[in-house]
Amino acid sequence: MMENTVEVADLTKYYGDLMAVDSVSFEVAKGEFFGLLGPNGAGKTTIIRMLTGVIRPDRGAAHIMGYDIRKEPLKAKQRMGILPEMANAYVDLTAWQNLMFLGELYGVAKTLRHERAIMLLKKLEIYERRNQLVKEFSKGMKQRLLICMALLNDPQILFLDEPTSGLDVQSARIIREMLQELNRDGITMFLTTHNMEEAGQLCNRIAIINHGKIAAIDRPEKLKATAGELQSVEIAFDRPVETESLAKLSNVVQAKEMGNKVRLYTKDPSDLIYKVVDYAKANRLTFVTLNVLSPTLEEVFIRLIESKQDL
Amino acid sequence: MTTYNYSRSVALEQLRRTFAICKKDIRIYYLKGPVIVFGILTPLFLFAAFLVGRDLAPDFFTSSLMAMTIFFAATAVVPMIMPWESRAKTLERLVSAPVSISAIMLGDVFASFLFGILSSLVPVIIGLAMGVTIGYPILLVAGILLASFCFSSLAAILSAPPTDVPSNVMMLTTFVKFPLLFISGVFIPIEKMPDWGRLIASASPLTYFTDLARYSIGGANYYPVFFDLIVLAAFALLFLTLAVKLHENSMPKRL
Repeated sequence: MMENTVEVADLTKYYGDLMAVDSVSFEVAKGEFFGLLGPNGAGKTTIIRMLTGVIRPDRGAAHIMGYDIRKEPLKAKQRMGILPEMANAYVDLTAWQNLMFLGELYGVAKTLRHERAIMLLKKLEIYERRNQLVKEFSKGMKQRLLICMALLNDPQILFLDEPTSGLDVQSARIIREMLQELNRDGITMFLTTHNMEEAGQLCNRIAIINHGKIAAIDRPEKLKATAGELQSVEIAFDRPVETESLAKLSNVVQAKEMGNKVRLYTKDPSDLIYKVVDYAKANRLTFVTLNVLSPTLEEVFIRLIESKQDL
Repeated sequence: MTTYNYSRSVALEQLRRTFAICKKDIRIYYLKGPVIVFGILTPLFLFAAFLVGRDLAPDFFTSSLMAMTIFFAATAVVPMIMPWESRAKTLERLVSAPVSISAIMLGDVFASFLFGILSSLVPVIIGLAMGVTIGYPILLVAGILLASFCFSSLAAILSAPPTDVPSNVMMLTTFVKFPLLFISGVFIPIEKMPDWGRLIASASPLTYFTDLARYSIGGANYYPVFFDLIVLAAFALLFLTLAVKLHENSMPKRL
């Protein structure tokens, strides 16, 4: 039986009359890379703040490594690393002083916190800047330092709230690679992000959340497969054709012009390819491009969000 | 027995983390020129303004200056820490660590307590330079320790409103600090106050330290010495408990 690192049941949070999180339940298995996707205001940060013991849920329960976050918050927090979205290092302290302070807060022995701080700072490529005040750091460097701080206590689960949001390409790449490596080493990851590509690239399983409710939860490829009508055949011919005539082919759900290409959405790409080949022969057209495309996670996400709004 | 040992080890562990917070506060908030100047020079100037044109005995002058300095120093920074940390977004990082709110508050109070003690050296040195003799130094030290802790805990209460605007807390602090200063026998000895004045003075913790300081330096007092010590300790305990409870309630509104 698979061991769960996070178990959430009926988690609910109100802000005044607004239900920010509505009876959310899910589990995250040990060693899993779990992603929480959703538009702004969907409730992602509220969920992560409840799971990390920053705010108390109004109803429901959350267990981290078997500890109830409401009843045993100190034990649960001791085992987690946290990278909150709305958090900062102390800008009037150096990177090293910030790390030592965090180490003391987590009760990490002096020798061990020195060793881990050196290792993490080197890994995230900010070791040379360790004695510099954080106020002199760029956003990317601050975020790398916050990751070092989140990992100093050698956590069994890492909560990451939008870890690469607003970062430069190099910092985002270093952070993603580090997260993948940590996950390979056995650390369970709980990530919230707006970045579909990042979620698809990193996560074993994704929960899509909207208006405080989970709209779907599955592996990224399975989520894509559920959106069958979002499969498409993208074609370009040697000369322009009327999109309307292609839209009339059987099995085409929707046709879209994309520059000099046309994208035909279908539930049966294989059958549609034959139809398109027949169409090309009949009209003496030569193929420049013919690609079969799976739906992107972004398309699945938008479809799920829109379908829930339509209800 | 096992439960007792476990609870004791948790309490010790939290105490270590309290000292870490205290050290962080000292580094970030106290070891700053303007803070030191505000904590020490403000009471000095205030008292100098009061002193001009009056013929005050050095004993009275020293004990009053000491009371004002400790009171101002111990209440100068603590009320600002929570709004500053809320605004700088460091509070969420602190709260998400395995540290209780009591440990966070105690860390803030300890830092202020040390600052209050160190600040008290200034009036002591001035008094000694003026030829004042401290008759009961151990009693004075005990009074300084209790008073600094008591005033720091009072200041922790003032930081409870869930705001990230330091000036809002500053207004509240001024509203509480200055009236206390005028009713506590700092400028007029308690024995010279009317009955209603003495009644009001008895509600202020500063009254008991002022009385204790007068006894330690000049041998004059209004309340029994041990009564001063017990009341200061009781105020300290009450203020600290109240501060923790208020912060437990207001913390979710800050985050």
